[in-house]
Amino acid sequence: MAVSSCSPNTEAQAASALSTAYIENKGSDTIVNLALAWAERYQNDHPNVRISVTGGGSGTGLAALINGTVDIANASRQIKAEEVQAANENGIEPVEFIIARDAIAVIVNPANPVSMLTLRQISDIYSGVFNNWNQVGGEDRPIVRLSRETNSGTHVYFLETVLRLGEKENKTLFSTDTLLLPSSEGIIIEVRQNPNAIGYDGLGYVPVDLKKIAIAEAEGMPFYLPSIESVNDKTYPIARDLYMYTQGQPEGAVRDYLDWITSVDAQAIVAKLGFVPVR
Amino acid sequence: MEKSLNFREFIITRLIKLCGYSAIVFVALIFIFLMKEGIPTFQEVEPGILFSARWYPIEDYFGILPLITGTIMVTLGAALFAIPLGIGAAIYISEISPRWMREILKPLVELLGGLPSVVLGFLGILILSPFLRGFLNLPTGLTALAGSMLLGGIAVPTIVSVAEDALDAVPRAYREGAWALGATRWQTIWRVTLPAASSGVLTAVMLGIGRAIGETMTVMMVTGNAPVLALSLSNLFSPVRTMTATIAAEMGEVANGSIHYHTLFFIGMVLFLISLAINITASSVVFRTKKRYERILS
Repeated sequence: MAVSSCSPNTEAQAASALSTAYIENKGSDTIVNLALAWAERYQNDHPNVRISVTGGGSGTGLAALINGTVDIANASRQIKAEEVQAANENGIEPVEFIIARDAIAVIVNPANPVSMLTLRQISDIYSGVFNNWNQVGGEDRPIVRLSRETNSGTHVYFLETVLRLGEKENKTLFSTDTLLLPSSEGIIIEVRQNPNAIGYDGLGYVPVDLKKIAIAEAEGMPFYLPSIESVNDKTYPIARDLYMYTQGQPEGAVRDYLDWITSVDAQAIVAKLGFVPVR
Repeated sequence: MEKSLNFREFIITRLIKLCGYSAIVFVALIFIFLMKEGIPTFQEVEPGILFSARWYPIEDYFGILPLITGTIMVTLGAALFAIPLGIGAAIYISEISPRWMREILKPLVELLGGLPSVVLGFLGILILSPFLRGFLNLPTGLTALAGSMLLGGIAVPTIVSVAEDALDAVPRAYREGAWALGATRWQTIWRVTLPAASSGVLTAVMLGIGRAIGETMTVMMVTGNAPVLALSLSNLFSPVRTMTATIAAEMGEVANGSIHYHTLFFIGMVLFLISLAINITASSVVFRTKKRYERILS
Protein backbone atom coordinates (compact mmCIF):
# COMPACT_ATOMS: atom_id res chain seq x y z
CA MET A 1 0.00 0.00 0.00
CA ALA A 2 2.64 2.44 1.11
CA VAL A 3 4.98 1.44 -1.72
CA SER A 4 2.41 1.50 -4.48
CA SER A 5 1.03 4.91 -3.54
CA CYS A 6 4.43 6.33 -2.86
CA SER A 7 6.28 5.88 -6.10
CA PRO A 8 3.83 7.52 -8.53
CA ASN A 9 3.45 10.38 -6.10
CA THR A 10 7.17 11.13 -5.96
CA GLU A 11 7.30 10.95 -9.73
CA ALA A 12 4.44 13.38 -10.01
CA GLN A 13 6.08 15.66 -7.50
CA ALA A 14 9.40 15.52 -9.34
CA ALA A 15 7.62 16.34 -12.59
CA SER A 16 5.69 19.24 -11.13
CA ALA A 17 8.44 20.53 -8.85
CA LEU A 18 8.96 23.50 -11.11
CA SER A 19 5.29 24.34 -11.40
CA THR A 20 4.41 24.19 -7.63
CA ALA A 21 2.42 27.27 -6.71
CA TYR A 22 2.71 28.82 -3.25
CA ILE A 23 -0.14 30.83 -1.73
CA GLU A 24 0.44 32.93 1.39
CA ASN A 25 -2.78 33.40 3.41
CA LYS A 26 -2.86 35.44 6.62
CA GLY A 27 -5.23 37.42 8.87
CA SER A 28 -8.35 37.13 11.02
CA ASP A 29 -8.32 34.64 13.88
CA THR A 30 -12.07 34.14 13.40
CA ILE A 31 -11.42 32.78 9.93
CA VAL A 32 -8.18 30.92 10.61
CA ASN A 33 -9.79 27.53 11.30
CA LEU A 34 -11.95 27.82 8.24
CA ALA A 35 -9.00 28.90 6.09
CA LEU A 36 -6.96 25.97 7.42
CA ALA A 37 -9.74 23.50 6.66
CA TRP A 38 -10.05 24.89 3.13
CA ALA A 39 -6.29 24.83 2.55
CA GLU A 40 -6.01 21.26 3.80
CA ARG A 41 -8.76 19.99 1.51
CA TYR A 42 -7.56 21.99 -1.48
CA GLN A 43 -3.98 20.77 -1.12
CA ASN A 44 -5.22 17.19 -0.99
CA ASP A 45 -6.93 17.62 -4.33
CA HIS A 46 -4.20 19.82 -5.85
CA PRO A 47 -0.80 18.43 -4.78
CA ASN A 48 1.03 21.09 -6.80
CA VAL A 49 -0.40 23.94 -4.69
CA ARG A 50 1.08 24.82 -1.29
CA ILE A 51 -1.00 27.11 0.94
CA SER A 52 0.37 28.51 4.18
CA VAL A 53 -2.27 29.87 6.56
CA THR A 54 -1.51 32.04 9.59
CA GLY A 55 -3.69 34.06 11.98
CA GLY A 56 -2.77 37.23 13.84
CA GLY A 57 -5.93 39.25 13.35
CA SER A 58 -7.66 41.07 10.51
CA GLY A 59 -5.43 44.14 10.88
CA THR A 60 -2.27 42.05 10.68
CA GLY A 61 -3.46 40.30 7.53
CA LEU A 62 -4.43 43.54 5.79
CA ALA A 63 -1.14 45.17 6.81
CA ALA A 64 0.70 42.28 5.18
CA LEU A 65 -1.42 42.68 2.03
CA ILE A 66 -0.58 46.39 1.93
CA ASN A 67 3.13 45.52 2.18
CA GLY A 68 2.69 42.95 -0.56
CA THR A 69 3.89 40.02 1.56
CA VAL A 70 0.73 37.88 1.33
CA ASP A 71 -1.38 36.74 -1.62
CA ILE A 72 -4.65 36.59 0.33
CA ALA A 73 -5.56 38.51 3.50
CA ASN A 74 -8.40 37.20 5.69
CA ALA A 75 -10.54 39.79 7.45
CA SER A 76 -13.63 39.59 9.65
CA ARG A 77 -14.30 43.27 8.87
CA GLN A 78 -14.32 45.31 5.68
CA ILE A 79 -11.08 47.00 4.65
CA LYS A 80 -10.87 50.63 5.86
CA ALA A 81 -10.51 53.58 3.48
CA GLU A 82 -7.08 54.46 4.86
CA GLU A 83 -5.94 50.87 4.34
CA VAL A 84 -7.05 51.00 0.69
CA GLN A 85 -5.18 54.28 0.30
CA ALA A 86 -2.01 52.85 1.88
CA ALA A 87 -2.24 49.88 -0.48
CA ASN A 88 -2.71 52.14 -3.49
CA GLU A 89 0.41 54.07 -2.53
CA ASN A 90 2.31 50.77 -2.74
CA GLY A 91 0.76 50.12 -6.16
CA ILE A 92 -1.65 47.50 -4.84
CA GLU A 93 -5.38 47.47 -5.56
CA PRO A 94 -7.14 45.31 -2.91
CA VAL A 95 -9.97 43.21 -4.34
CA GLU A 96 -12.67 41.97 -1.98
CA PHE A 97 -14.31 38.53 -1.83
CA ILE A 98 -17.07 37.60 0.60
CA ILE A 99 -16.22 34.03 1.53
CA ALA A 100 -18.65 33.21 4.38
CA ARG A 101 -20.91 34.83 6.93
CA ASP A 102 -20.87 34.67 10.69
CA ALA A 103 -23.91 35.21 12.92
CA ILE A 104 -23.83 35.77 16.67
CA ALA A 105 -26.69 34.09 18.50
CA VAL A 106 -27.89 35.50 21.83
CA ILE A 107 -28.73 32.56 24.08
CA VAL A 108 -30.66 31.97 27.31
CA ASN A 109 -31.68 28.99 29.40
CA PRO A 110 -34.73 27.14 27.97
CA ALA A 111 -36.57 27.80 31.27
CA ASN A 112 -36.38 31.56 30.61
CA PRO A 113 -39.72 32.75 29.13
CA VAL A 114 -38.07 35.68 27.31
CA SER A 115 -37.78 34.82 23.63
CA MET A 116 -37.58 38.19 21.83
CA LEU A 117 -35.42 41.24 22.45
CA THR A 118 -34.54 44.38 20.52
CA LEU A 119 -30.91 45.35 19.99
CA ARG A 120 -31.44 48.28 22.36
CA GLN A 121 -32.74 45.94 25.10
CA ILE A 122 -29.73 43.65 24.73
CA SER A 123 -27.45 46.68 24.86
CA ASP A 124 -29.16 47.87 28.05
CA ILE A 125 -28.89 44.42 29.58
CA TYR A 126 -25.16 44.16 28.91
CA SER A 127 -24.35 47.75 29.91
CA GLY A 128 -26.08 47.30 33.26
CA VAL A 129 -29.21 49.47 32.75
CA PHE A 130 -31.43 46.40 33.17
CA ASN A 131 -30.58 44.10 36.06
CA ASN A 132 -33.72 42.02 36.34
CA TRP A 133 -35.42 39.87 33.73
CA ASN A 134 -38.80 41.44 34.59
CA GLN A 135 -37.55 44.69 32.99
CA VAL A 136 -37.62 42.96 29.60
CA GLY A 137 -40.83 41.00 30.14
CA GLY A 138 -39.43 38.00 31.97
CA GLU A 139 -39.65 36.57 35.46
CA ASP A 140 -38.44 38.33 38.60
CA ARG A 141 -34.86 37.03 38.40
CA PRO A 142 -31.48 38.76 38.44
CA ILE A 143 -29.72 38.92 35.07
CA VAL A 144 -26.32 37.23 34.88
CA ARG A 145 -24.40 38.56 31.88
CA LEU A 146 -21.93 36.26 30.19
CA SER A 147 -19.39 37.33 27.63
CA ARG A 148 -16.24 36.04 25.96
CA GLU A 149 -12.89 37.43 27.13
CA THR A 150 -11.80 40.82 25.78
CA ASN A 151 -9.21 39.30 23.45
CA SER A 152 -11.92 37.53 21.49
CA GLY A 153 -12.87 39.11 18.16
CA THR A 154 -16.45 38.14 18.90
CA HIS A 155 -16.31 40.24 22.09
CA VAL A 156 -15.22 43.30 20.12
CA TYR A 157 -17.81 42.70 17.41
CA PHE A 158 -20.55 42.32 20.03
CA LEU A 159 -19.38 45.52 21.76
CA GLU A 160 -19.49 47.53 18.55
CA THR A 161 -22.62 46.09 16.96
CA VAL A 162 -24.83 45.38 19.96
CA LEU A 163 -23.72 47.41 23.00
CA ARG A 164 -22.92 50.49 20.92
CA LEU A 165 -25.64 49.74 18.35
CA GLY A 166 -23.12 50.28 15.56
CA GLU A 167 -22.76 53.99 16.42
CA LYS A 168 -19.22 55.35 16.13
CA GLU A 169 -19.68 58.00 18.85
CA ASN A 170 -21.29 55.60 21.31
CA LYS A 171 -18.87 54.78 24.16
CA THR A 172 -21.06 52.31 26.08
CA LEU A 173 -19.08 49.66 27.96
CA PHE A 174 -19.90 46.22 29.31
CA SER A 175 -21.16 46.40 32.91
CA THR A 176 -18.20 45.55 35.18
CA ASP A 177 -20.03 42.60 36.67
CA THR A 178 -20.24 40.90 33.25
CA LEU A 179 -18.68 37.46 33.59
CA LEU A 180 -15.80 37.12 31.13
CA LEU A 181 -15.46 33.44 30.37
CA PRO A 182 -12.34 32.12 28.66
CA SER A 183 -14.15 29.80 26.25
CA SER A 184 -17.37 29.31 24.29
CA GLU A 185 -17.81 26.08 26.19
CA GLY A 186 -17.80 27.95 29.53
CA ILE A 187 -20.66 30.17 28.33
CA ILE A 188 -22.67 27.22 27.08
CA ILE A 189 -22.25 25.23 30.33
CA GLU A 190 -23.37 28.22 32.43
CA VAL A 191 -26.38 29.08 30.23
CA ARG A 192 -27.42 25.42 30.21
CA GLN A 193 -27.65 25.22 34.00
CA ASN A 194 -28.48 28.80 35.05
CA PRO A 195 -31.93 30.29 34.28
CA ASN A 196 -30.61 33.79 35.14
CA ALA A 197 -27.93 33.78 32.45
CA ILE A 198 -27.72 35.48 29.07
CA GLY A 199 -24.82 34.81 26.73
CA TYR A 200 -23.76 35.06 23.10
CA ASP A 201 -21.82 32.84 20.77
CA GLY A 202 -21.20 32.05 17.12
CA LEU A 203 -24.37 30.47 15.65
CA GLY A 204 -22.65 27.22 14.77
CA TYR A 205 -21.41 26.70 18.30
CA VAL A 206 -24.84 26.89 19.97
CA PRO A 207 -26.19 23.42 20.90
CA VAL A 208 -29.86 22.68 20.20
CA ASP A 209 -30.84 22.44 23.88
CA LEU A 210 -30.27 26.16 24.47
CA LYS A 211 -32.75 28.86 23.57
CA LYS A 212 -31.82 31.37 20.88
CA ILE A 213 -33.34 34.84 21.20
CA ALA A 214 -35.18 36.38 18.24
CA ILE A 215 -33.81 39.87 17.68
CA ALA A 216 -35.25 43.04 16.17
CA GLU A 217 -33.08 45.87 14.94
CA ALA A 218 -35.24 48.45 16.71
CA GLU A 219 -38.57 48.69 18.51
CA GLY A 220 -41.54 48.14 16.21
CA MET A 221 -39.50 46.14 13.73
CA PRO A 222 -39.92 42.40 13.17
CA PHE A 223 -37.99 39.88 15.26
CA TYR A 224 -35.80 37.28 13.56
CA LEU A 225 -34.19 34.12 14.84
CA PRO A 226 -30.64 33.50 13.63
CA SER A 227 -30.57 31.01 10.77
CA ILE A 228 -28.80 30.53 7.46
CA GLU A 229 -31.78 32.18 5.67
CA SER A 230 -32.15 35.18 7.99
CA VAL A 231 -28.40 35.79 7.81
CA ASN A 232 -28.24 35.55 4.03
CA ASP A 233 -31.19 37.88 3.42
CA LYS A 234 -29.70 40.27 6.03
CA THR A 235 -32.79 40.37 8.27
CA TYR A 236 -30.94 39.01 11.33
CA PRO A 237 -29.12 42.05 12.71
CA ILE A 238 -26.04 40.52 14.42
CA ALA A 239 -24.33 38.96 11.43
CA ARG A 240 -21.24 39.95 9.56
CA ASP A 241 -19.57 39.04 6.31
CA LEU A 242 -16.16 37.42 6.37
CA TYR A 243 -13.74 38.54 3.68
CA MET A 244 -10.66 37.63 1.74
CA TYR A 245 -8.65 40.34 -0.03
CA THR A 246 -6.19 39.85 -2.89
CA GLN A 247 -3.61 42.11 -4.49
CA GLY A 248 -5.45 43.21 -7.63
CA GLN A 249 -7.66 40.83 -9.64
CA PRO A 250 -6.29 37.37 -8.76
CA GLU A 251 -4.61 35.26 -11.41
CA GLY A 252 -3.44 31.68 -11.76
CA ALA A 253 -3.41 29.54 -8.66
CA VAL A 254 -4.88 32.25 -6.38
CA ARG A 255 -7.79 32.76 -8.79
CA ASP A 256 -8.44 28.97 -8.95
CA TYR A 257 -8.34 28.77 -5.17
CA LEU A 258 -10.81 31.62 -4.66
CA ASP A 259 -13.13 30.18 -7.32
CA TRP A 260 -13.06 26.89 -5.44
CA ILE A 261 -13.79 28.62 -2.11
CA THR A 262 -17.14 29.88 -3.38
CA SER A 263 -18.00 26.45 -4.80
CA VAL A 264 -20.64 24.25 -3.16
CA ASP A 265 -17.89 21.85 -2.04
CA ALA A 266 -15.94 24.45 -0.10
CA GLN A 267 -19.05 26.12 1.28
CA ALA A 268 -20.10 22.79 2.80
CA ILE A 269 -17.01 23.07 5.01
CA VAL A 270 -18.21 26.55 6.05
CA ALA A 271 -21.45 25.14 7.43
CA LYS A 272 -19.58 22.31 9.16
CA LEU A 273 -17.41 24.82 11.06
CA GLY A 274 -20.42 26.74 12.30
CA PHE A 275 -20.38 29.67 9.89
CA VAL A 276 -23.06 30.58 7.36
CA PRO A 277 -22.33 29.64 3.74
CA VAL A 278 -22.70 32.39 1.13
CA ARG A 279 -24.44 30.02 -1.27
CA MET B 1 44.54 8.52 45.64
CA GLU B 2 44.38 11.13 48.36
CA LYS B 3 44.56 13.87 45.82
CA SER B 4 41.78 12.52 43.57
CA LEU B 5 39.53 12.15 46.60
CA ASN B 6 40.17 15.75 47.49
CA PHE B 7 39.48 16.75 43.95
CA ARG B 8 36.17 14.89 43.91
CA GLU B 9 35.23 16.44 47.20
CA PHE B 10 36.05 19.85 45.80
CA ILE B 11 33.93 19.33 42.67
CA ILE B 12 30.95 17.91 44.56
CA THR B 13 30.85 20.65 47.19
CA ARG B 14 31.07 23.26 44.45
CA LEU B 15 28.24 21.61 42.52
CA ILE B 16 26.03 21.52 45.59
CA LYS B 17 26.87 25.13 46.33
CA LEU B 18 25.90 26.00 42.76
CA CYS B 19 22.53 24.29 43.17
CA GLY B 20 21.92 26.32 46.31
CA TYR B 21 22.84 29.59 44.70
CA SER B 22 20.94 28.82 41.50
CA ALA B 23 17.63 29.32 43.33
CA ILE B 24 18.69 32.86 44.25
CA VAL B 25 19.93 33.53 40.74
CA PHE B 26 16.71 32.32 39.14
CA VAL B 27 14.49 34.36 41.44
CA ALA B 28 16.65 37.43 40.80
CA LEU B 29 16.59 36.90 37.03
CA ILE B 30 12.82 36.43 36.99
CA PHE B 31 12.31 39.58 39.03
CA ILE B 32 14.68 41.57 36.81
CA PHE B 33 12.76 40.41 33.75
CA LEU B 34 9.43 41.32 35.35
CA MET B 35 10.83 44.75 36.25
CA LYS B 36 12.17 45.31 32.75
CA GLU B 37 8.79 44.55 31.16
CA GLY B 38 6.60 45.97 33.93
CA ILE B 39 8.27 49.25 34.92
CA PRO B 40 7.45 51.05 31.60
CA THR B 41 3.82 50.93 32.77
CA PHE B 42 4.60 53.86 35.07
CA GLN B 43 5.52 56.03 32.11
CA GLU B 44 2.67 54.85 29.89
CA VAL B 45 -0.27 54.70 32.28
CA GLU B 46 -1.09 57.57 34.63
CA PRO B 47 -1.15 56.49 38.30
CA GLY B 48 -4.73 57.78 38.53
CA ILE B 49 -5.77 55.26 35.87
CA LEU B 50 -3.51 52.44 37.04
CA PHE B 51 -5.00 52.55 40.53
CA SER B 52 -8.59 53.04 39.43
CA ALA B 53 -11.46 50.59 39.63
CA ARG B 54 -12.04 49.85 35.93
CA TRP B 55 -10.18 47.12 34.07
CA TYR B 56 -11.06 47.06 30.37
CA PRO B 57 -7.76 46.99 28.51
CA ILE B 58 -9.09 47.06 24.95
CA GLU B 59 -10.41 50.58 25.61
CA ASP B 60 -7.35 51.64 27.63
CA TYR B 61 -8.86 51.26 31.09
CA PHE B 62 -5.97 49.82 33.09
CA GLY B 63 -7.24 49.97 36.69
CA ILE B 64 -5.66 47.07 38.56
CA LEU B 65 -7.46 47.54 41.91
CA PRO B 66 -10.30 45.10 41.03
CA LEU B 67 -7.70 42.47 40.17
CA ILE B 68 -5.77 42.95 43.41
CA THR B 69 -8.91 42.87 45.55
CA GLY B 70 -10.13 39.85 43.59
CA THR B 71 -6.95 37.92 44.33
CA ILE B 72 -7.02 38.91 48.01
CA MET B 73 -10.68 37.94 48.33
CA VAL B 74 -10.22 34.50 46.77
CA THR B 75 -7.00 33.81 48.67
CA LEU B 76 -8.41 34.84 52.06
CA GLY B 77 -11.45 32.67 51.39
CA ALA B 78 -9.19 29.77 50.49
CA ALA B 79 -7.18 30.26 53.69
CA LEU B 80 -10.41 30.23 55.70
CA PHE B 81 -11.28 26.81 54.29
CA ALA B 82 -7.83 25.32 54.09
CA ILE B 83 -6.25 26.25 57.44
CA PRO B 84 -8.75 24.63 59.85
CA LEU B 85 -9.27 21.67 57.54
CA GLY B 86 -5.57 21.18 56.84
CA ILE B 87 -4.35 21.53 60.42
CA GLY B 88 -7.26 19.44 61.71
CA ALA B 89 -6.43 16.66 59.26
CA ALA B 90 -2.73 16.87 60.17
CA ILE B 91 -3.53 16.59 63.89
CA TYR B 92 -5.79 13.62 63.27
CA ILE B 93 -3.22 11.82 61.14
CA SER B 94 -0.30 12.50 63.43
CA GLU B 95 -1.84 12.40 66.90
CA ILE B 96 -5.10 10.51 66.93
CA SER B 97 -5.50 8.02 64.09
CA PRO B 98 -4.31 4.44 64.50
CA ARG B 99 -1.22 3.40 62.59
CA TRP B 100 -3.07 1.56 59.76
CA MET B 101 -5.38 4.54 59.15
CA ARG B 102 -2.40 6.81 58.90
CA GLU B 103 -0.82 4.55 56.29
CA ILE B 104 -3.95 5.02 54.17
CA LEU B 105 -4.64 8.70 54.81
CA LYS B 106 -1.22 10.16 54.16
CA PRO B 107 -0.76 8.80 50.62
CA LEU B 108 -4.38 9.69 49.81
CA VAL B 109 -3.87 13.30 50.85
CA GLU B 110 -0.71 13.45 48.78
CA LEU B 111 -2.60 12.00 45.84
CA LEU B 112 -5.14 14.79 46.23
CA GLY B 113 -2.26 17.24 45.96
CA GLY B 114 -1.34 15.78 42.59
CA LEU B 115 -4.77 16.41 41.09
CA PRO B 116 -4.40 18.66 38.03
CA SER B 117 -6.00 22.04 38.67
CA VAL B 118 -7.82 22.00 35.35
CA VAL B 119 -9.67 18.87 36.49
CA LEU B 120 -10.70 20.64 39.68
CA GLY B 121 -11.85 23.58 37.58
CA PHE B 122 -14.02 21.32 35.49
CA LEU B 123 -15.61 19.81 38.59
CA GLY B 124 -16.10 23.37 39.80
CA ILE B 125 -17.98 24.44 36.68
CA LEU B 126 -20.09 21.31 36.40
CA ILE B 127 -20.82 20.44 40.03
CA LEU B 128 -19.75 23.01 42.62
CA SER B 129 -21.02 26.19 40.98
CA PRO B 130 -24.53 24.89 40.14
CA PHE B 131 -24.71 23.52 43.69
CA LEU B 132 -23.69 26.86 45.26
CA ARG B 133 -26.20 28.74 43.11
CA GLY B 134 -29.05 26.50 44.21
CA PHE B 135 -27.96 26.11 47.83
CA LEU B 136 -27.27 29.79 48.58
CA ASN B 137 -29.81 31.13 46.07
CA LEU B 138 -27.19 33.22 44.25
CA PRO B 139 -27.65 34.72 40.75
CA THR B 140 -24.72 32.59 39.56
CA GLY B 141 -22.45 30.01 41.17
CA LEU B 142 -19.35 31.30 39.38
CA THR B 143 -18.18 33.34 42.35
CA ALA B 144 -15.19 34.09 44.55
CA LEU B 145 -16.62 31.53 46.96
CA ALA B 146 -16.39 28.72 44.39
CA GLY B 147 -12.80 29.75 43.67
CA SER B 148 -12.01 29.88 47.39
CA MET B 149 -13.39 26.42 48.05
CA LEU B 150 -11.44 24.84 45.19
CA LEU B 151 -8.24 26.72 46.05
CA GLY B 152 -8.76 25.66 49.65
CA GLY B 153 -8.90 22.10 48.36
CA ILE B 154 -5.68 22.67 46.44
CA ALA B 155 -3.93 24.13 49.49
CA VAL B 156 -5.08 21.43 51.96
CA PRO B 157 -2.71 18.65 50.82
CA THR B 158 0.29 20.97 51.10
CA ILE B 159 -0.77 22.09 54.59
CA VAL B 160 -1.55 18.55 55.79
CA SER B 161 1.67 17.11 54.46
CA VAL B 162 4.01 19.74 55.91
CA ALA B 163 2.10 20.23 59.19
CA GLU B 164 1.92 16.47 59.79
CA ASP B 165 5.70 16.22 59.38
CA ALA B 166 6.14 19.06 61.86
CA LEU B 167 3.81 17.47 64.43
CA ASP B 168 5.49 14.13 63.95
CA ALA B 169 8.87 15.68 64.67
CA VAL B 170 7.80 16.81 68.16
CA PRO B 171 9.69 14.55 70.62
CA ARG B 172 7.57 11.91 72.28
CA ALA B 173 8.87 13.05 75.68
CA TYR B 174 6.84 16.29 75.40
CA ARG B 175 3.57 14.39 75.12
CA GLU B 176 4.52 11.92 77.82
CA GLY B 177 5.43 14.80 80.09
CA ALA B 178 2.02 16.37 79.56
CA TRP B 179 0.19 13.09 80.19
CA ALA B 180 2.24 12.54 83.33
CA LEU B 181 0.98 15.88 84.59
CA GLY B 182 -2.57 14.73 84.05
CA ALA B 183 -3.35 16.59 80.84
CA THR B 184 -6.08 15.12 78.63
CA ARG B 185 -5.33 14.10 75.06
CA TRP B 186 -6.87 17.33 73.70
CA GLN B 187 -5.01 19.50 76.24
CA THR B 188 -1.79 17.81 75.22
CA ILE B 189 -2.43 18.47 71.52
CA TRP B 190 -3.59 22.05 71.96
CA ARG B 191 -1.19 23.22 74.68
CA VAL B 192 1.94 21.18 74.03
CA THR B 193 2.27 19.42 70.68
CA LEU B 194 0.83 22.13 68.45
CA PRO B 195 2.81 24.99 70.05
CA ALA B 196 5.98 22.91 69.90
CA ALA B 197 5.40 22.33 66.18
CA SER B 198 4.15 25.86 65.56
CA SER B 199 6.97 26.97 63.28
CA GLY B 200 6.48 23.97 61.03
CA VAL B 201 2.71 24.39 61.07
CA LEU B 202 3.05 28.05 60.17
CA THR B 203 5.36 27.14 57.31
CA ALA B 204 2.72 24.67 56.15
CA VAL B 205 0.05 27.38 56.18
CA MET B 206 2.26 29.82 54.27
CA LEU B 207 3.18 27.23 51.66
CA GLY B 208 -0.49 26.42 51.30
CA ILE B 209 -1.46 30.07 50.85
CA GLY B 210 1.41 30.55 48.43
CA ARG B 211 0.06 27.64 46.44
CA ALA B 212 -3.40 29.21 46.42
CA ILE B 213 -2.41 32.76 45.48
CA GLY B 214 -0.54 31.67 42.39
CA GLU B 215 -3.10 29.16 41.17
CA THR B 216 -4.49 30.15 37.78
CA MET B 217 -6.44 27.58 35.83
CA THR B 218 -9.02 26.72 38.49
CA VAL B 219 -9.81 30.33 39.37
CA MET B 220 -10.05 31.32 35.71
CA MET B 221 -12.64 28.60 35.20
CA VAL B 222 -14.85 29.14 38.28
CA THR B 223 -14.67 32.74 39.51
CA GLY B 224 -16.47 34.29 36.53
CA ASN B 225 -13.62 36.78 35.87
CA ALA B 226 -15.74 39.91 36.23
CA PRO B 227 -13.39 42.77 37.19
CA VAL B 228 -15.49 44.05 40.10
CA LEU B 229 -13.89 45.97 42.96
CA ALA B 230 -14.24 43.51 45.85
CA LEU B 231 -14.26 45.57 49.04
CA SER B 232 -16.91 43.99 51.25
CA LEU B 233 -17.51 40.47 52.47
CA SER B 234 -20.59 40.22 50.23
CA ASN B 235 -18.23 40.13 47.24
CA LEU B 236 -17.35 36.60 48.30
CA PHE B 237 -20.73 35.66 46.79
CA SER B 238 -20.23 37.52 43.51
CA PRO B 239 -17.86 37.00 40.56
CA VAL B 240 -14.34 38.41 40.84
CA ARG B 241 -11.31 38.53 38.56
CA THR B 242 -7.90 37.56 39.93
CA MET B 243 -4.49 38.76 38.82
CA THR B 244 -3.40 35.30 37.70
CA ALA B 245 -6.53 34.74 35.61
CA THR B 246 -6.09 38.15 33.98
CA ILE B 247 -2.51 37.43 32.94
CA ALA B 248 -3.40 33.96 31.69
CA ALA B 249 -6.45 35.09 29.73
CA GLU B 250 -4.92 38.15 28.12
CA MET B 251 -1.22 37.44 27.62
CA GLY B 252 -1.79 35.17 24.64
CA GLU B 253 -3.28 37.82 22.38
CA VAL B 254 -1.55 40.98 23.49
CA ALA B 255 0.79 42.83 21.10
CA ASN B 256 4.40 42.52 22.23
CA GLY B 257 5.65 45.77 23.80
CA SER B 258 2.22 47.46 23.96
CA ILE B 259 0.89 49.30 27.02
CA HIS B 260 -1.39 46.36 27.76
CA TYR B 261 1.61 43.98 27.57
CA HIS B 262 3.61 46.10 30.02
CA THR B 263 0.64 46.37 32.36
CA LEU B 264 0.24 42.58 32.45
CA PHE B 265 3.89 42.30 33.46
CA PHE B 266 3.30 44.98 36.06
CA ILE B 267 0.50 42.82 37.49
CA GLY B 268 2.96 39.92 37.54
CA MET B 269 5.37 42.12 39.48
CA VAL B 270 2.70 43.03 42.04
CA LEU B 271 1.82 39.35 42.43
CA PHE B 272 5.48 38.51 42.94
CA LEU B 273 5.83 41.22 45.59
CA ILE B 274 2.72 40.00 47.42
CA SER B 275 4.08 36.42 47.59
CA LEU B 276 7.43 37.77 48.69
CA ALA B 277 5.79 39.79 51.47
CA ILE B 278 3.86 36.73 52.67
CA ASN B 279 7.02 34.64 52.72
CA ILE B 280 9.08 37.25 54.53
CA THR B 281 6.36 37.75 57.15
CA ALA B 282 6.10 34.02 57.63
CA SER B 283 9.84 33.50 57.97
CA SER B 284 10.19 36.29 60.48
CA VAL B 285 7.29 34.97 62.56
CA VAL B 286 8.67 31.45 62.37
CA PHE B 287 12.07 32.69 63.39
CA ARG B 288 10.72 34.55 66.42
CA THR B 289 8.35 31.86 67.69
CA LYS B 290 11.02 29.23 67.24
CA LYS B 291 13.33 31.11 69.56
CA ARG B 292 10.58 31.55 72.11
CA TYR B 293 9.54 27.91 72.22
CA GLU B 294 13.10 26.73 72.14
CA ARG B 295 13.61 28.76 75.27
CA ILE B 296 10.53 27.41 77.02
CA LEU B 297 10.71 23.79 76.01
CA SER B 298 14.40 23.07 76.19
